[in-house]
Amino acid sequence: MALFKKKKATDESYYLASQWALMWRKLKKHKLARFSLAILSVLYVLSLFADFFAPYGLEEFSSVYKNTAPTRVYWQDEEGRLSRPYVYKLKKVNDRKTFTVVISEDTSQKYYVAFFVPGVEYRLLGFIPCSTHFYGLVNEDGVPDRSARLNIFGADSNGGCIYSRILFGGRVSLTIPFVAAAISFVLGILLGGLSGYFGGWVDNVIQRLIEVLSAIPSIPLWMALSAAIPPGIPVAAMYLYITIILSFIGWTGLARVVRGKFISLRNEDYVMAARLAGVSDFKIILKHMVPGFLSYLIVSLTLGIPGSILGETSMSYLGLGMKAPATSWGVLLKETEDLVSVAQCPWKMIPLIFVVITVLAFNFLGDGMRDAADPYK
Amino acid sequence: MLKYVGKRVLLFIPTLLIISVLIFFIIQLPPGDYVTSYVAAMAAEGEIFTPEQIEGLRAQFGLDDPWYVQYFNWMKGIITRGDFGYSFEYGRGVWSVIMDRLYLTLAVSFVILVFQYVVSLPIGIYCANHQYSVGDYALSFIGFIGTATPNFLLAIIIMYIIYIRTGNVYLGLFSTEMLQNGMRWEYVPEFLGRCLIPILVIGTSGTCGIIRTVRAQMLDEQARQYTLTARAKGCSEAAITYKYCLRAALNPVVSGLAGSLRTIFSGSTVSAIVMNLAIQGPVLLAALKSQDMYLAGTIVLIQAVLVLVGTLLSDIALAWLDPRIRFSERG
Repeated sequence: MALFKKKKATDESYYLASQWALMWRKLKKHKLARFSLAILSVLYVLSLFADFFAPYGLEEFSSVYKNTAPTRVYWQDEEGRLSRPYVYKLKKVNDRKTFTVVISEDTSQKYYVAFFVPGVEYRLLGFIPCSTHFYGLVNEDGVPDRSARLNIFGADSNGGCIYSRILFGGRVSLTIPFVAAAISFVLGILLGGLSGYFGGWVDNVIQRLIEVLSAIPSIPLWMALSAAIPPGIPVAAMYLYITIILSFIGWTGLARVVRGKFISLRNEDYVMAARLAGVSDFKIILKHMVPGFLSYLIVSLTLGIPGSILGETSMSYLGLGMKAPATSWGVLLKETEDLVSVAQCPWKMIPLIFVVITVLAFNFLGDGMRDAADPYK
Repeated sequence: MLKYVGKRVLLFIPTLLIISVLIFFIIQLPPGDYVTSYVAAMAAEGEIFTPEQIEGLRAQFGLDDPWYVQYFNWMKGIITRGDFGYSFEYGRGVWSVIMDRLYLTLAVSFVILVFQYVVSLPIGIYCANHQYSVGDYALSFIGFIGTATPNFLLAIIIMYIIYIRTGNVYLGLFSTEMLQNGMRWEYVPEFLGRCLIPILVIGTSGTCGIIRTVRAQMLDEQARQYTLTARAKGCSEAAITYKYCLRAALNPVVSGLAGSLRTIFSGSTVSAIVMNLAIQGPVLLAALKSQDMYLAGTIVLIQAVLVLVGTLLSDIALAWLDPRIRFSERG
C-alpha cells in the first residue's frame, strides 16, 4: 500500500510539473550532460576567482623563466626520504666552454609548496582587497618567497606562468561566447521571426540578406570589422567589439531555424485564435509563438557557444582579435603558431586542452539539452 | 522542376551583384588604402616619401575617387573586358596572380569536399544502425574531438607527430626535390602523404559535423511510422536504410553543402598559413593586410561565387530529393 501511494505521488508530481521542471528532471538523467555541467562550473569558478587560484598575476614575469618547461616538483629529499614537496629556483649560468647562457636549477636552497600564501595584491570579484593565493612557494623559514617560481604548466615566451594566464584568459574566452551568443540570439529571433511570421517580401529580403552574408567568407569580414576597431582602446572595450563582430556573423544560422519554426507554427489553430481575438502581431510572436520553441533555441544557443570559442581562437591567432598583454586562450595559443615553437616547448599546447574540454563540455551539454528539450516525448 | 531551376538561376544574378557591392565596401572599410600601407612598409625600410609623391601614387592607382566610383570602374572592367583590375602588390593583373594558384585551390577544396561526404556518410549510417555499440561510441568520440579542436592547431599537432615519428617536416604539398626535378613517379607516394595532412586537417571539422547530422537524422527516420510499415511488409533492411531512411535523412546534409564550402574556404586560410600550402587563402590574407583591394576583392568574389553556386546546386538537389519542395514552389 505504501509503495503504491508513493508511486502515485511521483506520478502526480510528474503530471503537475511545469515544462521547465520536467526539462530539468530529464537533463539531470543525462549523465554526460551532468558531468559536462560540473566541468563547466569548475572552469567558470576558476576564472571568476582567477586572482585567487592563479599563483601569479598577469604582470608578473621573470626573464630567467622564459620558455621554461613545467617546474619540477620534488617529493624526496637528497637521502631519498619522502619530504614536503619542494622546488628549486632556476638561475642563469654562463657555460665557459660554449659561451652560451644555460638555465639550470640552483640546488642551494629549497622552496616549499604551500597553500594560502600571500602574494600579489588584487581585488577579489573586483572590490574585496585581498592578497592570499591558493598556492605559492615559501622558503625554508616559512616566509613567502616570490623569487622562485612554480609554473605547473611551464612558462610562455615572456616568462609568465601559463597556468595563471589560462585562468585569466578564461575570463575572456568563457564569457565572449556568451555575449556573442546572446546578440546572435536576439538578431536571429528578431529577423528569423519577422521573416517567418510575415512571409512575402519581408521574408524574401531577409532570406537574400542571409544568403549574401553567408556567402562572404568570414576572414575578410573579420579583418574589415576588426580593422574598424580603433587602436589603443582599453581591453574591456576591445573585447566588447570582438564580441559584436562574432555575433554579426553568427546569427544567420539561428535565423534560419527560427524562420522554419515560425512557418510551421504560423498556421496552428492557437495562433489563428489569438489573431482573431485581436492580439497584436508583436505580442503573438513573443507570448504565443516563441515559448513554443524556446527550448530549441536554448539548445542551439548552447551549441553555438563552442563555435564562438573556436572563432575567438582563430581570430586571435590571425592577430585580429585580442592582442598581448591582454590574455585569452587564443592569445595563449598564438605562441604555438609554428612547428618549431611546438617542438621546443610542447607545454605551450596545454591551453588547447582547456579549449577542447570546454568545447566538448558545451557540445555534450547541448546534446543533453536537446534530449530534454521536448519533455513530453 | 525546370521552372524552379530557372527561377533560382535568375535570382542568382542580383544576389551576386549585391554581394560584389558588399565585398567591395567591406574591403575598403579599414582606414587607409594601399598607398598608406605601402608608404608605411617603405618607411620601415628607411625610404621616406614626400607628400607630393604620395599624392602622385594615389592618383596613379585611382585611389582618390570615392569607393563607389572605384567599384563601378572595377565592375565595368570585369563585365566589359573580363579585367579584374591590377594587383598593386604583385605589379601585374589580378587575374594572372590568381591563375597561379586557382587550379590547386579548386583541386584542394574539391578533394576535401568529396572526402568529407565519402567518409562521413557511411560512418553516420553505421553509427545510426549500430546505436550505442562500441564502434558508435568510438567514432562519435573521435568526431567530437575533431569538431572541438581548432583546425590550424590540429595541423600543428599532426605535423608534430609526423616530425617526432619520422624526423621529416611535411610543409606544403610539394617537397623541394619535386619542385626542382618536376613530378616523377617515385615522388607519388610522398606527394599523396603530403596531401593527406591538409585533407585531414581541413576536412575533419566538416566531416564530424556531417556524421553527427546523418546519425541524428537516421535515428529520427528509423523511428517513423513509414519505416515500421516498410519493415512490416517485408522490405530488406538494406532497402529500408538506403531507399527510405537515407533519402529523408539527406535533406539537411544537402542543404548544408554551401555551408561546408564556406567552412572549407575560411578554415583553409588559417590552416594553409600553418601548413604553407600554395593555395589562395594566404594570398588573400596578405592582400587584405596590405589593402591590395582588387586582388582581395577578386579572390573573395570568386569564393562567394563558388558558395552561391554551391547553394544553387544544393537547392536543386533538394528539390530533386524532396518532391514537397518542388511542388510547394510550383503552387
